[in-house]
Amino acid sequence: MKPVIEVEHLRKGYASVVAVDDVSFSVADGEIFGLLGPNGAGKTTTVECLQGLRRADGGHLQVLGIDPQSQAGQLRALMGSQLQESALPDRIKVWEALDLFASFSPHSADWPTLMEQWGLSAKRNASFSSLSGGQRQRLFIALALVNRPKVVFLDEMTAGLDPGARRGAWELIRGIRDGGATVVLVTHFMDEAENLCDRLAIVDHGRIAALGTPRDLITEYAGEVRVTFSAGEADLSWLAEIPHVRQVKRRGPVVEVAGDGPMAVLVAGGLVQHGMTPADLRTEQSTLEDVFLKLTGSGMGN
Amino acid sequence: MRTLLKLTWVELKLFVREPVTMFFTLVFPIIVLFVMGGVFANTPDPDAWRGVGAMNFYTPAYIGLVIASIGLVGLPVHLSGYRERGVLRRLRASPIHVLSIFSSQILVSFVIAVVGAIVITAVAMPVYDVAAPEDLALLLAAFVISVLTFASIGILLGSVLPTTRAAQGVGLVLFFIMFMISGGGPPPEVMNEPMRRLADLTPLKYVIIMLQDPWLGFSWNMANFGIVAGFLVVPGLLSVRFFRWE
Repeated sequence: MKPVIEVEHLRKGYASVVAVDDVSFSVADGEIFGLLGPNGAGKTTTVECLQGLRRADGGHLQVLGIDPQSQAGQLRALMGSQLQESALPDRIKVWEALDLFASFSPHSADWPTLMEQWGLSAKRNASFSSLSGGQRQRLFIALALVNRPKVVFLDEMTAGLDPGARRGAWELIRGIRDGGATVVLVTHFMDEAENLCDRLAIVDHGRIAALGTPRDLITEYAGEVRVTFSAGEADLSWLAEIPHVRQVKRRGPVVEVAGDGPMAVLVAGGLVQHGMTPADLRTEQSTLEDVFLKLTGSGMGN
Repeated sequence: MRTLLKLTWVELKLFVREPVTMFFTLVFPIIVLFVMGGVFANTPDPDAWRGVGAMNFYTPAYIGLVIASIGLVGLPVHLSGYRERGVLRRLRASPIHVLSIFSSQILVSFVIAVVGAIVITAVAMPVYDVAAPEDLALLLAAFVISVLTFASIGILLGSVLPTTRAAQGVGLVLFFIMFMISGGGPPPEVMNEPMRRLADLTPLKYVIIMLQDPWLGFSWNMANFGIVAGFLVVPGLLSVRFFRWE
């Protein structure tokens, strides 16, 4: 099946700064694809080129079989966008904005339902300027979905949302995907990328540093597993024989075993074999954050 | 079409919710009308006001003033504010076409101008005994052309002025200069040569003449109309060329 989005060797610079430098990826139909990276990595520029909001300097782009650079008008009827740094008129009311954006397309969704789903019904008659950051954000997501898009671009969708609203947003986005849409998500939240994305690209300095499912990326780039338990004075020399164990450290009664792959299960099995059943055994898997730190060598500065 | 009407309706509601703009566009010309009416009343003077009564002269002029304030202040401030705040950015990512945005601004300008014209006429005719328009059909044509002309100028200003502040500054300066010298202030007959030369450069002068001629029973001035048409077409083309979403 032909991918919904194809990006080949995308390049885009501003003045003397190269924002996107030879980025290539493709997104399959019905996928939630994430672009994860620090601020200024080129994520937003990449999706803006895909939405036809910016001209690429080089490379080949295709969204739903449409070239966003030359046929942007055609594409916009089929896509939904939630953008950073955009606004609505101060005095427009929530329902008016939804009603207006619904009128842009003949196949629009029922906007009162969207308003309800995104928790805006109580704010129906509130003006845009009176909305909180989170409410604005939810309104923008609802507006991105109101024309029943085949592809949705969400740029920092959950910025400004409280934790409960974020999880609610994730559920709704999964629902959109299950309804047949393809979702491209720009984020700098690790948990969001890890929980929501089917596949993701880690972007740094305008290049893709890694690409894959969150699980594959963790296994490939930060496969370290750590197991800790209390063992008192027991003899643990057998631990070194267990495959995938790399290092054993003892701090008083606490033992810390580091390794990779299925090491945790093997160690647990070994403990049972040796008649030990520590109640405080904990395993620590690497997270996407470890992958990220490893690849970009930096934290998520804002 | 449905989109355009909906957008226009929303824009009209937004205009009504903006009291400062409402006041400036609709109330200010009325105040000026009362001031001028209080000073000059409506007695004809062969040496001023094209030989007609002052208020016969000023009533169509102030309809022109409402139209000018929409085009020089209201529209540019509105459009540049949309750009500055990211409203245009959001609209750009939607299926709406830029010409729909322009068209809705023109339609809103029409509605406001019609309201302004009705209010001015409804005040001027009974209070200052202003004569009814001589040629209503031509007056309506002149009115439509005038609104289109200043909408075109307004869209151009809104397209090239980067910020609300810039639009406010430039727009207000242009508006008050034109108000004073283009026919809304002292009668053109008493202005000195440099003032008249300057007035010749302003679109409002020609728009006011175009509105006055059918109202006062003068014949349609083709040369004057040509100049107005220039002020309609050139800014319109330039705004399509220079419009920026961000």
